[in-house]
Amino acid sequence: MRVSIGGAERLDLVLNPVAALGRAVLSACRTVGALALFALEGLSHLVRPPFYWRLFLRQLVEIAYFSLPVVSLTAIFTGMVLALQSYTGFARFNAEGAVANVVVLSITRELGPVIASLMVAGRIGASFAAEIGTMRVTDQIDALTTLSTNPMKYLVTPRLLAGVLAMPFLVLVADILGVMGGWLIGTTKLGFNSAGYLKATMDFLQVMDVVSGLVKAAVFGFVITLMGCWCGYNSRGGAQGVGAATTTAVVASSILILAFDYILTEMFFAR
Amino acid sequence: MSGDTPKIRLRGLSKAFGEKRVLDGVDLDIRAGHGMVILGGSGSGKSVTIKCILGLITPDAGTIEIDGQDILAMSRRDREALNDRIGMLFQNGALFDSLPVWENVCFKLLAQKRITRAKARDKAAEVLAQVGLAASVGDLAPSELSGGMQKRVGLARAIAAQPDIIFFDEPTTGLDPIMGAVIDGLIVDVVKRLGATAVSITHDMASARRIGDDAAMLHRGKIVWTGSAAVLGDTGNAMVDQFARGEREGPIQMELRR
Ligand SMILES: Nc1ncnc2c1ncn2[C@@H]1O[C@H](COP(=O)(O)OP(=O)(O)OP(=O)(O)O)[C@@H](O)[C@H]1O
Ligand SMILES: [Mg+2]
Repeated sequence: MRVSIGGAERLDLVLNPVAALGRAVLSACRTVGALALFALEGLSHLVRPPFYWRLFLRQLVEIAYFSLPVVSLTAIFTGMVLALQSYTGFARFNAEGAVANVVVLSITRELGPVIASLMVAGRIGASFAAEIGTMRVTDQIDALTTLSTNPMKYLVTPRLLAGVLAMPFLVLVADILGVMGGWLIGTTKLGFNSAGYLKATMDFLQVMDVVSGLVKAAVFGFVITLMGCWCGYNSRGGAQGVGAATTTAVVASSILILAFDYILTEMFFAR
Repeated sequence: MSGDTPKIRLRGLSKAFGEKRVLDGVDLDIRAGHGMVILGGSGSGKSVTIKCILGLITPDAGTIEIDGQDILAMSRRDREALNDRIGMLFQNGALFDSLPVWENVCFKLLAQKRITRAKARDKAAEVLAQVGLAASVGDLAPSELSGGMQKRVGLARAIAAQPDIIFFDEPTTGLDPIMGAVIDGLIVDVVKRLGATAVSITHDMASARRIGDDAAMLHRGKIVWTGSAAVLGDTGNAMVDQFARGEREGPIQMELRR
C-alpha cells in the first residue's frame, strides 16, 4: 500500500524491507499451514475406507526391501569409520577400551537413524516426488478424481504409512550392521578380542537408545514420504517443474530430518 | 430428465490464472442426451471450461448446474457421487503409466467395486474391441502404445463405466482419418445407446458435424455463438464460419494480429 502524501516515497523505502520481510513470513506460514493440512488429510484417509492395501504393500517393499543395499552399505562403513576414529581419539587418553561403547551408542542413538534416513530421503523422496509430480503434470491426478478415486487416498496415504513402518525396520538393520562394522574393524585392525568387544557392546547397549532411534526413524520416515508426496503433488510446469519438485523434496526432507533429530534428541535425552 | 432443464448449465463462468483471464463469463446450456461440440482456437479455454465442470479447477465466479443442481455448492460426498456418473477423456490421454492397459480401462469399475479383478480383463478386452484395439493390447503398458492407441485406450477408459455425461477433449486428434470416423461413430453410439450427454472439444469440422447436435464457439473467454452443428461453416456468423472453414482472413485473424 502506498501513502500518497509528500515524503511518502521515502517512508515507503523504509517500510519496504519490513513489508518484504512480512511477505516472506506470511508465505512461509502459508506453506507450513498448507503442508500441515496436506499431512492431516493424508492421515485422515487411514480411518476412512477403502484403504489401498495393494499399493501400501508395493510401497512397503519399495522402501523397506529395495533400500536395504544402500542402507546396509552406509551403515557398515559408518560403523567401521567410527571405530577407527574413536580408537585414534581415545588412544590419546589411554581409553581405547571405550571404542565399543562409543560405536554402539552413536550408532543406535544418532548415526543409524540419521544416515539411513538421509539415504532413504535421496532414494524415496526423489522417486515419490518424480512419480507423483509426473502424474500431476500429465493430468493423471485429475484423471483419478474423474475415475471415482480420491488421489490423496490413493497416492499419499499408502506411502505415508509405508514410510512410517519401513524406516524403523531399516534403522534396526542399520543399527545391527553399524555395530558389526565397528566390530569388524575392532577385531581385525585394532586388536580387540572378538568376544570382549561384543560383551562391551552388549553391556552398554540400552533399550532406550534403540527405542529412541526407532521412534526417530518413524518420524523421519513420515517426513521423507510427506515431503516427497507434497512436492510431487504440488508440482507445476512440465518436466522442469517435476525436476524442481524432486530437488526440493530431497533437500527439504534432509534438512527436516536433521532438525527433527535435534528436537527428538532434546526430548529423549535432555534432563 | 425433462427436455426443459439443460443437463449442464453454465452462467457467468470466469477463471483467471494470475493476470491472464481465460474464461470471462461463459454462458452455456447443454441439452440432455445430445452431443455438444465446443469449438475455439488453441488456448481459448476449452479444456479449462471442462475442468471447471469436472470440479478439477475452481472457477473465480459463476455457477455450474448439472441437472439443475449447483455443483459448486455441493457437499464433497454429493460431488463424488456425481463424479461416479461422469466420464472424461483427457486431451493427452492421462493414462496411468504404472498400470497395464486393462487395469486402466477398468479402473473406474474396479474403484466402484462393480466388477472383480478376475473379470476385469475380459471386460477390458470387450471395451478395447469397441475402440478397435485387440485384447492383447490389454497386457501392454501405456508407454508401449503409440499416441493414437493411447488416445483410444483413454476413450475406452472414459466409456467403460457407462457414464451419464461424457467429456471428450479432442477425441480424434492424432488418429488416422478412418479411425477418427470410427471413434466418431462410437461417440454417437454411446450417446444414442446410453442416452448419455456428450460434450466434445474438437478442431476437426467433419468430426464436429458427425458427433455434435449442437455446437458452441468459445472466443476470448466468452461463448460467441451457439447453434446447430450441422450448419457449421455456413452459420452466417463471420467468426464461426471463418473458423469452421479454416480461412486465414477474417475477424479472428484480425484480432490476433493486433
Ligand atoms: N493450470 C493452469 N495454470 C495456468 N494457466 C493455465 C492452466 N491451465 C490452462 N491455463 C491457460 O489457460 C489458457 C486456456 O487453456 P486451455 O487448456 O483451456 O486451452 P484449450 O482451449 O483447451 O486449447 P487447445 O485447443 O490447444 O487444447 C491457456 O492460455 C493456458 O495457458
Ligand atoms: Mg485443450
